[in-house]
Amino acid sequence: MTLTLAVLVPLLPFLGALAGLAAGRRIPGLIAPLAVLPTLASAALAVAVACDLGTGRHLDAATRLTPTGGIPIDLAVHLDGFSTLLAVLVGVVAGCVQIYSTSYLRDDPRYSSYAALVSLFTAAMFLVLYSGDLIVLLVGWEVMGICSYFLVGHHWERDDARSASIKAFLVTKLGDIPFLFGIFALAADAGTFRISGVLAAAANGQLHHPTLIALLLLCGVAGKSAQFPLHTWLPDAMAGPTPVSALIHAATMVAAGIYLVARLLPVFLLSSAALIVLGVMAAVTMVGSALCALAQDDIKRVLAYSTVGQLGYMAGALATGDRDAAVFHLLTHGAFKALLFLAAGVVIHAAHTNSLTAMSRMPDLRRRVPDAYWTMAIGLLALAGIPPFSGFFSKESVLTAAERAAHGEALTGGLAPATAVPGAVGWIVLVAGLLTGLLTAMYATRLWLVAFRTPGAAQPAAALPATAQPGTAPVSAEPNAMRWPLWLLAVPAVALGLVGLHSSWLPSFLDGVSLTPSGSTAILGTCVALAGVLVSYAAWRRATALVLDAATASPRRAAHELDESTRPQGTAAEPREITADLATVPGRSFAEALADADSAALAASTGHAPDPARLLLGPLMGPAANGFGLDRLYAAVLVRPVLAAAGLVRFLDREVIETYLAGAAGAPKLLGAAVRKAQNGNAQTYLSALVAGAVVLAVLVAVAQ
Amino acid sequence: MHLAYPAVLAALLFCVGLYGVLARRNAVLMLMSVELMLNAVNLNLVAFDVWLRDTLHAGQALTLFTITIAAAEIGLGLAIVLMVFRTQGTADIDRLRELSEPPADGLPPGPTGAEAGPDDSDTASPASPASPASLTGSAQGKAGAV
Amino acid sequence: MTAALAASLSSQGHSFLSPTGVEIVFVLVGLAVLGAAVLTVSTSQLVHAALWLVVALGGLAIEYLLLTAEFIAWVQVLIYLGSVVVLVLFGLMLTRAPIGRSPDADSGNRWVALGLAVVAAGTLVTLVVDAFRCTWMDLPASGSTSVNGSTQANGEVLFRYWVLPFEALSVLLLAALVGAIVLSRRHREEG
Repeated sequence: MTLTLAVLVPLLPFLGALAGLAAGRRIPGLIAPLAVLPTLASAALAVAVACDLGTGRHLDAATRLTPTGGIPIDLAVHLDGFSTLLAVLVGVVAGCVQIYSTSYLRDDPRYSSYAALVSLFTAAMFLVLYSGDLIVLLVGWEVMGICSYFLVGHHWERDDARSASIKAFLVTKLGDIPFLFGIFALAADAGTFRISGVLAAAANGQLHHPTLIALLLLCGVAGKSAQFPLHTWLPDAMAGPTPVSALIHAATMVAAGIYLVARLLPVFLLSSAALIVLGVMAAVTMVGSALCALAQDDIKRVLAYSTVGQLGYMAGALATGDRDAAVFHLLTHGAFKALLFLAAGVVIHAAHTNSLTAMSRMPDLRRRVPDAYWTMAIGLLALAGIPPFSGFFSKESVLTAAERAAHGEALTGGLAPATAVPGAVGWIVLVAGLLTGLLTAMYATRLWLVAFRTPGAAQPAAALPATAQPGTAPVSAEPNAMRWPLWLLAVPAVALGLVGLHSSWLPSFLDGVSLTPSGSTAILGTCVALAGVLVSYAAWRRATALVLDAATASPRRAAHELDESTRPQGTAAEPREITADLATVPGRSFAEALADADSAALAASTGHAPDPARLLLGPLMGPAANGFGLDRLYAAVLVRPVLAAAGLVRFLDREVIETYLAGAAGAPKLLGAAVRKAQNGNAQTYLSALVAGAVVLAVLVAVAQ
Repeated sequence: MHLAYPAVLAALLFCVGLYGVLARRNAVLMLMSVELMLNAVNLNLVAFDVWLRDTLHAGQALTLFTITIAAAEIGLGLAIVLMVFRTQGTADIDRLRELSEPPADGLPPGPTGAEAGPDDSDTASPASPASPASLTGSAQGKAGAV
Repeated sequence: MTAALAASLSSQGHSFLSPTGVEIVFVLVGLAVLGAAVLTVSTSQLVHAALWLVVALGGLAIEYLLLTAEFIAWVQVLIYLGSVVVLVLFGLMLTRAPIGRSPDADSGNRWVALGLAVVAAGTLVTLVVDAFRCTWMDLPASGSTSVNGSTQANGEVLFRYWVLPFEALSVLLLAALVGAIVLSRRHREEG
């Protein structure tokens, strides 16, 4: 029974995707039901599977379709608390996103393929979660990658979307190749692709190269989950539609890497080197991405960098051996980050710009999108880790795990002795986690204040768009399909943390490790978060005061002064492009959208928003806004040599090989020209030559005899 | 009788025919030379048949076949020559050069090239300036008179 | 020296230096045939060429008779002299061959052709003489019923052993007939 339900969960969205692609343009009315209903059914089934399986049990089933050589590949299902809980998360988020998309992309000409791809992605994610076989898992993993590629490039008319999709694909592929070899090495050591078999082998000490395997697998995890060296694709992937960012690049796909490490954690625990690498990677990712998030002007990029940082938290928890904390944070993060992205979509939809600076120009944005305003506040509080929101509890569980590991008492849930986790990892994760907690609170506060709370006095009157005034009247301009998923997701964002407190609820599904925050880290974490909020608030007040001063002073001189202090980095300089994207959003005519975008451009060009980021970051502002130049470094170290090599190959092909070809063609051509002279059309000449040849042959034969 | 006599006669006759085929300009004369060559072969067949006393008379039977085929050949050949004469206005072998490589390099032999070919090769010939259509008409008039 | 030559040129007691009567006649007629053939390919009057061809083919018919292939000889006379030459004459007339001397009867290929023909003749004659100088063939006595080339013998062989090729040949002739008609027929749109 449970097994049938579990098989149906990935199957339904898959069939929905196929049917959606087949129905496609012919029956447009069917697209939305075909996208939404299978996903919702899958979500319901996932809940049923989770309830049916209950706590503390796991289910393994496998069938072998065909013999596949040395190491058999099975169609295996492995259900335990981790997979069923995450499947519930995926189902709920995917359902919300599909409902939200019906409205957000209603007038998009490619909505049918979009919906089918999202369904296909959902099916692949379910497959990854439920699969008990590494090769089958890899299939789902790669299908997710290709879906992500297509969905990031949904607006392929735009240059940035095209390049972002290619970048996402290539960078994740870069990690996937070592990942594939890691799976092979793992299977070669364990003798099976079945995850249960691999874990049994790890427990029995049959794995002879745990460090190598773990490091190879980590490459794939870093690519998929956007960890430090390979994280650069995720901020760019925000060129995709906002619901896609919410589903794929925040809540689910990027979590697949974390999930995989959690599943194979016993393998990683065999190698302390791999754990140190994972911990350092997580720490660098956390701090760096938090700094970057603080400097971004594009609201979606802020959220993308925060996703990278939160994934760093999960990786840190895994590095300390506590997969319960990682999965707990994964669940809460999936809920509140999806909420944040969907709310950001609503805000972008209403403001017709991605730029925070431009949003700060709009005095009534708060009133125009009240649902997004409130839900975003909830999401940001959860993100910042303010109690009692869900993010606080999950983050504290991570910090607790790090603290315990630092004291040599790692919470491994019985998978390995506590000494398997080096204490240094615990310290690294703990320090980085606290620092990131501070920064996270700062950028969450900054995002909220700049976007919604900029006082009217700080907004230069000249920049106020005249055309925007009449558009302020409708309070709830957004369609219901875009508002209700926000509130639906707000519930777990608020309350999900509480389930971690009770030892018989969430932990009983997992390894049974207590998720209750320990006293010291709870106090420390809360203080850090509150400090971040306060610092950010103070900086914002100061920036606002500066702007107000400038407004009262001579405008020209003040503008000059203010350019130095408050001009945002990475301003969205092309609001018209964004308009082209957003003009397809319902509820607004194109001309109106264009007028709004013009005002946004004007606002961005005058550029005096009370942005606390510059005051907070100081000299780090420039590098942080550019992602610490990592893209430029990659361009210099990797892209340019590859391009140069390609140019060399092109040169060799054009100039050297083609010369040989031309020579090879030219010599016969010359010969042909010579022979062609004999082709004079006189049959008697031909015949003479023929007879002469025959005579010569006859003479030769006669002489030879 | 020595076999050498008919054999040498056949060889010489064959070579005379060969010369005619290669040297004659008129297509009908060429066909006549071909007949000479065929007869040389026939002579060989008969002579060797007599020498070998073949019980199946293969040589003589083949001679009969050759004669028959030669008759068919000359009938068809003349018909072809006649048709060439009608369309091209001449039965001169060395003026029928449409299959030659066109002088312009790389140009495919189009219809203009096909007409210009004979004109270029022998501008002194009186028949070449006339257009094919008028020649056809006059040839038909002649054929009708015959 | 002479004796050695005579011995080498003779076989089974037959010498080239003591020809039989048939041989003398054969060589004389052969010379006439060759002369007529040479005139056929060299005369500048086209109609004369056709008439010299008649002489050459008729001479060949005599040679067949001398080789005791009488049926072939009559077929030669009937088909070649009777029909082929008439066809050739028709062809000459239909292609408006000039009556009288035509100075351009030979193409520019003449000297090449002459050289080739001479070389070929030299090669062939050398080879043939080298191969058959000692070969003697016994001609059956004329008047005997078992003559190889008699009509009876030929007919029996032709319709007993060669009947299938014979029939195939009739089909070929039919095809040639149809082909010649189609080729020489004036097309309606041309007329």
